[in-house]
Amino acid sequence: MSIWEYANPVKFIRTTDRILPWVSVAAVLCLVTGLVWGYFFTPDDYRQGATVKIIYLHVPAALMAINAWIMMLVASLIWIVRRHHVSALAARAAAPVGAIFTVIALATGALWGQPMWGTWWAWDPRLTSFLILFLFYLGYMALWSAIENDDTAADLTSILCLVGSVFALLSRYAVLFWNQGLHQGASLSLDKEENVADVFWYPLLVCIAGFVLLFVALVFLRTQTEIRARRTRALLARESRT
Amino acid sequence: MMPDLGKYAFAVLASYGVSLGLIIVLVSLSLRRARRVRAELDKVEERVKRHG
Repeated sequence: MSIWEYANPVKFIRTTDRILPWVSVAAVLCLVTGLVWGYFFTPDDYRQGATVKIIYLHVPAALMAINAWIMMLVASLIWIVRRHHVSALAARAAAPVGAIFTVIALATGALWGQPMWGTWWAWDPRLTSFLILFLFYLGYMALWSAIENDDTAADLTSILCLVGSVFALLSRYAVLFWNQGLHQGASLSLDKEENVADVFWYPLLVCIAGFVLLFVALVFLRTQTEIRARRTRALLARESRT
Repeated sequence: MMPDLGKYAFAVLASYGVSLGLIIVLVSLSLRRARRVRAELDKVEERVKRHG
């Protein structure tokens, strides 16, 4: 059995139909558990006070905003190299989800930044590269909508996705490249000294799992929708020719 | 049970409100479009089958 079997739209829909309910239930369970645990059962941080509770939304959203683009990059490369329609449609399906995660990261970052830094926004390397990533998401979605031919749209958006990947990676490593700005380094680290304290770390891990599962569930659902929409367009086009 | 958010109540509650609100809107719109597109495809496939 090869992974390329799932490039067949029928096989993709049949397989994801079976998995989707389980992923959705797991996403809801993880999100509810992680957020309730983090909000109600963790202490305030000795420096940041109660604002530390924002970490359970801000970090998973920011992480998935970048990872969604990376997933789109992989799907776009598969489209460019192997011309599998499902991969192009999966990239298209993931874009609005990634864009919403980026908005959540930007909004919670501003709400967290105001009491901690004394400002909603700063032209800091990480914040700026995240804003540019959001603009790339908007451009990517606009480009898909602007082009009627699906294959041409997939080609052009794949190129845009490759270019945008620079900013996706930049937003992850901006803090390391430029050791300046307000945003601190990574909250999550394998180095125990650098990582957040265990009392915040465990509920945060559950929230991250919840965001990953939510992303997978939404991408499955939305890719199925894109496949069906494409088939509808193809049937209507065939009907109008006869 | 209810945590005392003190002077940070607005920042924390607004973060949860905005994030959960956006997630709910995203899920609702995705489900609504999925249902609409599925129904449309069923209709078109039925029509194509009937007319060959």
